[in-house]
Amino acid sequence: MSLRNRELANLVVVGALTALGFASVYIARQDVVSTASLSYALFFFALYLAAHLVGRLTVPYADPYLLPMAALLTAVGLTEIYRLNPSDAFRQGLWIVVALGAFAATLFLLRHDYRQLESYKYLFGVSAIVLLVLPALPVLGTTVNGARLWIHVGSLQFQPGELAKVFLIVFLAGYLREKREVLAQGRLKDFGPLLLIWGGAMLVLVETNDLGSALLYFGIFLAMLYVATARALYVGIGAALFLAGALVVYHFVGHVRDRVTIWLHPWTDHAVYCPINGKLLPRQDCASYQLVKSLYSVGHGGWFGTGLGKGTFRTTGGGELIPYLNTDFIYSALAQELGLVGVAALLLVYMLFAARGFKIAMLSDDGFSKLLAVGLTFAFALQTFIIVGGILRLIPLTGITLPFISYGGSSVVANFILLAGLLLVANRANAERG
Amino acid sequence: MNRQIARLALVGVGLLTALIVGTTYWQTWASASLADRQDNEIQRVAQFSIRRGLIRASDGTILASNRIKKVGGQKLYLRRYPQGSLFAHLVGYSTQSRSRAGLESSLNDYLTGSNSNLGTVLDTTLDKIRGATIKGNDVWLTVKPGPQRVAMQQLAGKCGSVVALDPRNGKVLVLAARPTYDPNLVESKFARINNIRAACRPAAPLLNRATDGLYTPGSTFKVVTASAALDSGKFTPESRFDDPGYCIEYGQKVRNAGNPEAPETFGSVDLVTGLEHSINSVFCNIGKALGAGRVLGTAKQFGFYEDPPLETPGNERAPSGLYHGAKLFKPKDPATQVDPGRLAFGQEALLATPLQMAMVAAGIADGGVVMEPHAVDRVVSPKGGIVTRTHPRKYRRATTTRTAREITSMMVGAVENGTGTAAQIPGIQVAGKTGTAETGVQGRYTSWFICFAPADNPRVAVAVVLQNQTGFGGQVSAPIAKAVMEAILAGKSNP
Repeated sequence: MSLRNRELANLVVVGALTALGFASVYIARQDVVSTASLSYALFFFALYLAAHLVGRLTVPYADPYLLPMAALLTAVGLTEIYRLNPSDAFRQGLWIVVALGAFAATLFLLRHDYRQLESYKYLFGVSAIVLLVLPALPVLGTTVNGARLWIHVGSLQFQPGELAKVFLIVFLAGYLREKREVLAQGRLKDFGPLLLIWGGAMLVLVETNDLGSALLYFGIFLAMLYVATARALYVGIGAALFLAGALVVYHFVGHVRDRVTIWLHPWTDHAVYCPINGKLLPRQDCASYQLVKSLYSVGHGGWFGTGLGKGTFRTTGGGELIPYLNTDFIYSALAQELGLVGVAALLLVYMLFAARGFKIAMLSDDGFSKLLAVGLTFAFALQTFIIVGGILRLIPLTGITLPFISYGGSSVVANFILLAGLLLVANRANAERG
Repeated sequence: MNRQIARLALVGVGLLTALIVGTTYWQTWASASLADRQDNEIQRVAQFSIRRGLIRASDGTILASNRIKKVGGQKLYLRRYPQGSLFAHLVGYSTQSRSRAGLESSLNDYLTGSNSNLGTVLDTTLDKIRGATIKGNDVWLTVKPGPQRVAMQQLAGKCGSVVALDPRNGKVLVLAARPTYDPNLVESKFARINNIRAACRPAAPLLNRATDGLYTPGSTFKVVTASAALDSGKFTPESRFDDPGYCIEYGQKVRNAGNPEAPETFGSVDLVTGLEHSINSVFCNIGKALGAGRVLGTAKQFGFYEDPPLETPGNERAPSGLYHGAKLFKPKDPATQVDPGRLAFGQEALLATPLQMAMVAAGIADGGVVMEPHAVDRVVSPKGGIVTRTHPRKYRRATTTRTAREITSMMVGAVENGTGTAAQIPGIQVAGKTGTAETGVQGRYTSWFICFAPADNPRVAVAVVLQNQTGFGGQVSAPIAKAVMEAILAGKSNP
């Protein structure tokens, strides 16, 4: 079977699974949702069929598993969003259309040779910085949950950091490909850019009050630096610098300090000062409310979960039991309804996706392609770790989206561009190998 | 570069593996402890989608039922308590905002069908697979609404408790306490419960005084001391004592009840008269002769120093015994640590729950054997099958049959011509013992009455306690006990 036919077969399986997911939500919640839910599955399948056809035209030799896996993850996300709030699912559906448009455009534009991007690396680098700084601008920026990550134009909200991530990876792939020999020699003056990026990441952290994004950008940077120079020492120095920076920020930025306290001591037996309303409350009723409620949701899922559509997310009065379920905490909703069996399978899909990405990086034969694929793949894995690890209290919780699953337009668009990039690299690598 | 990529891939896979491990931790290992946290409403709300079982009294009266509420298209079964405050302390409540209490808490597994009996597991699993509403098991109690209502009426305006047991099998017939509360108000009008005022402070309307209220038992404890005395063989009902109106302990006079300047004085009496007229000096001397260890030993046989057995949650029951402050005091060497004379007539630092004192009366009534008190008669599946049934169980032999018989006749004497005449029921022989414990406040007493009837073939044993009384146990508590016994013996089961 050819690569594209294999992809099509996989997509058919994903389509069937999607139909099953929507059907079970429909059965569990027929009082609220209509049979229109099933049309979602159909629409969804048609959409991916279109994406598949674009792939046939532009990247015939690309990896046949990445698109079906991305489809599966978006399907799971859309089903859960639909279950939580049908009108959000409609908007998310529109965003998926936009994202697949961007996906197709990327493939079309770069179908001949994506490596031409290398010559525009500084443009990408500067664009990334501009995108990152946008939310900090007084007119455009919006503060959500104490972090300035959003810009709004009219009623439209956009999180430019998601796109900046992809641009940054393109820049780093180009820059590191060019400078990797010099950097490997370890002369101090060559580390100017490194320190510049480190400073930039710290600046973003301070400006936007967002530990998660800083960790993500810096993690991507260190990973790509390591692959480019093969010097583990750089990773060590970089991590040490990051920790030093984080410590400074910890001492001077209250928001970051609060996050760490919440992480270490989410529950208190006695009342502590609550910065939200100035009262004395146990921390689980105040600062760590979100983390704790989300953990309760995960715990309630147990081995097999409550079943799609059967989870408990609202009080008997109809109020919310767990905040931000659609976006930051969608993993805790999935964990409750699908159980350990379900979300472990989901994490395995993430793992397979990452594994395919790393394989593509190893198969491709030029430095730029390798670095690009490694950067995109590691970004995907690290972002998953940062949000889910935060929910599971492995690291301090920071609001960041779960790739392909969370509700949010910018995230879906950025992740489909990321996918397009991986397919382009894979196509070239496989085509050259014959 | 490929070697570095391979290493990085390991890091990536490692990070994602850590997520699987973390998820496994919270969903299996830590799941139960998360569910138990007071601020975790998910579990409780989730259980509202289960059609919770009904709680019924012995005559079928519904004490807890459901009202259906639709939220976001989901059917929720919220609790309703048709009898209001009548059985509030025993039945408790099941709410989202304030968790659960009483049998609603301790029998939650049965009521939600999550108990592990094979039939229930099969039914709920089938319902789950079919997507049908899971139905909990119904619980039938042993309590009788008619006598319970009599007890609550008798307690009206007072702080106190009435417990009635069937001495033959340990069934709890009445478990009443005041002040009380309306469990229907707990979910959303809790402030109204907080504002309840009563003749005692704190009012503590949520406190189940029947099983968790600790009161100085006073002279009702003389039944225990008399059992110890007769069992020891050192005393018989005919043993003679000389009562000068006090007894000497540690060189001090411990006086009989009554006016401290001129206490009652009986002169030469036997043990029978001692119990009938509740003469402190007699029991003080018995206590000194037996030693505190022996008296406490007999008390333990009646159930002291253990949570009184009942199906309600453990934190709603308190063990009776000697207390130091709020802590149960277990003397290592009673001979030196406990004042035997004052212990013998139920003062010292002795505290007892009404349920415990009902067990004392029931133990004497049942020929010296205390039957295990239980309020749950049976659990019935939604289909009508028996999930579990409580069989009468011997809790402990407290005293010999002979001693029990001898004490019964002394208690009959106390009702016929002693301190407890107010408990007499025409045509039925009642055995009883009064108690009027000093509270430390002059003129304020804890007034007790424990009794059982009919004396020759007991069908009911009762303990009554009233806080903050000016009257003696024989005057204020005995009439309440009488009314409750009459209600039970008349077999009135209509509400």
